[in-house]
Amino acid sequence: MGEPLVFTYNVDGGDFTSAGQASVMVKKNLNQIGFSPEVIRRVSIAMYEGEINMVIHADGGVATVKVDDNCIEIVLADKGPGIADVEKAMQEGFSTAPDEVRGLGFGAGMGLPNMKRYTDEMSIDSTVGVGTTITMKVNY
Amino acid sequence: MKIEIIRDLLNADVLCGEDRLSNDVLSACGSDMMSDVLAYVKNQAVLLTGLVNSQVIRTAAMMDMQCVVFVRSKMPSEEMLCLAKECGITVMTSPMRMYEACGKLYSEGLGTGIE
Repeated sequence: MGEPLVFTYNVDGGDFTSAGQASVMVKKNLNQIGFSPEVIRRVSIAMYEGEINMVIHADGGVATVKVDDNCIEIVLADKGPGIADVEKAMQEGFSTAPDEVRGLGFGAGMGLPNMKRYTDEMSIDSTVGVGTTITMKVNY
Repeated sequence: MKIEIIRDLLNADVLCGEDRLSNDVLSACGSDMMSDVLAYVKNQAVLLTGLVNSQVIRTAAMMDMQCVVFVRSKMPSEEMLCLAKECGITVMTSPMRMYEACGKLYSEGLGTGIE
């Protein structure tokens, strides 16, 4: 492969109903390229959880997916409130999502742990009051 | 288990994806928490839920699921059905409650897919 393929999506923060649209697009694109269902599932689930987080916590953001020679990199960048305690946020069951989000099927404190579970590498760069950038890699 | 058997066992109405009723599925899960579905489900092809919003269909799509069953006669919106058609997911609605619907399928041999 020469130049890496890059897909960029704006994640709309205003509307919970439309959250996940970018992940559905990524899934379609990766499918067309011909990745295995397992790789596609891992990338799209990790990105989907991240997208939901950006909508719940950060009023949206930008998702970039880069297809490299041996890995797929997902970068989710937002200008939200930031994560005060990253270690705590990584614990299963820890959530700061508002109650109404739980009524929608999310906010169980599984988002970040799921993102880690489905990717080979994950790093969180967050500054309170400035925003959060999460970088994930899935090797193939 | 064929999807049409699921429909019959649950007295369900099929709302879209009739063309896939003869497809075979090997396992199912029941949950209203989509993050739990995304965390624990492996190769499960059917999602039973009492939650009705677009994220249910997207979650099923992310997991490569074939069928979503809404329990307690809940009805998805047109928008949700459009999304399901796009993703190739069969959607049905059953008058049964979650516990009964899951129990019916489980006792007829549709397992969890988790070893």
